[in-house]
Amino acid sequence: MFKGNFIDNLPKIYGTYTGGFIVFIILMAIAEQAGMTAKTIGILFVAFTVCIYALIGYLSRTVQVDAYYVAGRQVPTVFNGMATAADWMSGASFVAMAGGIYFGGYTYMAFLVGWTGGYVLVSSLLAPYLRKFGCYTVPDFIGTRYGGNFARFCAVVVLTLASFTYVTAQINATGTIASRALSIPFELGVWVGLVSILLCSMLGGMRAVTWTQVAQYIVLIIAYLIPVFWISNKSGFGFFPHFMLGEEVARLGELESQFGLVKNAAADVKAAGVPGGLKSIAVSHAGVPEGGMAAWKFISLALCMMVGTASLPHILMRYFTTPSVKAARKSVAWSLFFIALLYTSAPMLATLSKISLIDPNLPTGIIGKPIAEIMQIEWVNAWINVKQAFIADFNGDGVLQLNEWFMRGDVVVLATPEVAGLPYVISGLVAAGGMAAAMSTADGLILAIANALSHDIYYKIIDPKADVRKRLLVARALLIVIGAAGAYIASMRITSILGAVAWAFDFAMSGLFFPLILGVWWKRATRQGAIAGMIAGLASGTAYLIYVYPKFMGNAPWLGIDHLRFGIIGASVCLVVMVVVSLMTEEPDKATQQMVDEVRVPSGKTILGKQH
Amino acid sequence: MSNKEKHWEKTKGLMIITLIIWFVFGYLIFMFGSDLNTSSFMGYPLAYYMCAQGSIIAFVVLIFWFANRQEKIDEEFGFTEKEDD
Repeated sequence: MFKGNFIDNLPKIYGTYTGGFIVFIILMAIAEQAGMTAKTIGILFVAFTVCIYALIGYLSRTVQVDAYYVAGRQVPTVFNGMATAADWMSGASFVAMAGGIYFGGYTYMAFLVGWTGGYVLVSSLLAPYLRKFGCYTVPDFIGTRYGGNFARFCAVVVLTLASFTYVTAQINATGTIASRALSIPFELGVWVGLVSILLCSMLGGMRAVTWTQVAQYIVLIIAYLIPVFWISNKSGFGFFPHFMLGEEVARLGELESQFGLVKNAAADVKAAGVPGGLKSIAVSHAGVPEGGMAAWKFISLALCMMVGTASLPHILMRYFTTPSVKAARKSVAWSLFFIALLYTSAPMLATLSKISLIDPNLPTGIIGKPIAEIMQIEWVNAWINVKQAFIADFNGDGVLQLNEWFMRGDVVVLATPEVAGLPYVISGLVAAGGMAAAMSTADGLILAIANALSHDIYYKIIDPKADVRKRLLVARALLIVIGAAGAYIASMRITSILGAVAWAFDFAMSGLFFPLILGVWWKRATRQGAIAGMIAGLASGTAYLIYVYPKFMGNAPWLGIDHLRFGIIGASVCLVVMVVVSLMTEEPDKATQQMVDEVRVPSGKTILGKQH
Repeated sequence: MSNKEKHWEKTKGLMIITLIIWFVFGYLIFMFGSDLNTSSFMGYPLAYYMCAQGSIIAFVVLIFWFANRQEKIDEEFGFTEKEDD
């Protein structure tokens, strides 16, 4: 069926795959009509897609070092873009982002700007140069550019801390989705999720992760876009929601002033017995909060997310896999294009979901109706039963007010298809999409940590004479160990005290951003400077986090820099220390300076050899 | 100035222009969010539109533009990669 080599056939292979997936969705829709239960459909969706990923993972097995670490550096631009998009968009992006916008409105959307703008930094400051360098991992660059094992070791520490913070949340998400779709306990779901994740990466390392991530991107984007377009059309909001929801946004503003945005007192919420994590709408959808502080909070959050993006190793290492420097640059553009498809749809989904629920003129609206009547609605009942939604009649008038309807953010993505009356097959599709999003990110993160430990710590520092077989064996063993550690922590359900995904960005930017950038853009940067910068940045950032985080010391944030934004402190300290120490120490030797000159030119051989 | 130095000067120039445009769409406009929201685009309040779609689209276009400009610069100084590198 497919003649010639694998790379040339990629469009055909993934075209067939996409077609096959759509046929599967249609089959499920037919089965639903024929009477298959919602539960079976959910199980089939998740099981079918996970089996496909595992098959791809098996077919991509390899015994070559450069295939294992950088997918043989032959991933075409557009496909690497898709893989990066899947690597990037986590379970949180998929399931929680629309909910975040639903409750947080304009203020929350700083995340949208921050999680996209970072790619401008990646393309202009880093990706092409790291590709030219020819490293296998991010610490590989730090270790070679600055020289010495200690610099390499510091980079591994920052990488591990940032990525591990992130990965427990991802394994947690796969566990939640697996347990819901397969009707198994959460603790078991976490391990099922982990096995699925390892099946994709164990045998083929980066090569296997790349090709499964492309497959996962296709599933997740289909699963996100179909409901958005379908709901918009079915409820008559417009054929192309992205361009046609202006009226609805304006209407939401009207409704907000009609109902009034009431912020419930925490004591009232507690007294009414609202389950933890559930919220009511208390912030304007599109309105901008007044004042300089609000604007600063918006841009400071965006800044942290952007700089963090450009320092996260699991993203940077995706650009080591392209065939050329030129391709690395273009690939960043494609990555952001594929990410934008989902990110620009999330606000639209939030708008659709909110208007469907709160507009009393719509048949789906529940606000302003008698509570007894609302309790009869099937989906309301179902979500209240699993403690994902709640009604608290504060004023006791028997009518639902805007501030009396509580739900969890995830419900926006998971329940909106149901609210709008879409068939259950769509909910199964959404579960498969969420699973794909969480798995692909977890895979990228676990691989980033395991590769840094196996290549930078084991091979470069502990046993430089190890042969290929031994190196790959260690790499795979570490993959299992790290995955299991992540799953163990996730199964203890302590993620709620570990804080937000945003922390990973702040850790990464505190320790890695300036050592990476200055390594390319400032020849004078020295080893001592980089080491001092990494240590001081990470230490000051962490100290500040402990100082402000409510569950630790809980002091008042300085200038509005709270626990989501501690990277501003860490990265600033890192920059100052790195520059001062670099200037105080002797400038790098001729060979290092020449190496930096070589990195800046796209043509010619990579700095590190093909196999190293 | 050597060929390499000239190439790097131009590369730096492009980087700075790229980051200025990035700054405008990522930060500058959001410093004036409430003023922006008084006007509208396609029916959306402007500041809302910019973070929901506008800036994201601007970033995508910016990176494609940057990649093409940089390729031209590499070509100009003869640093384009050969296939067999």
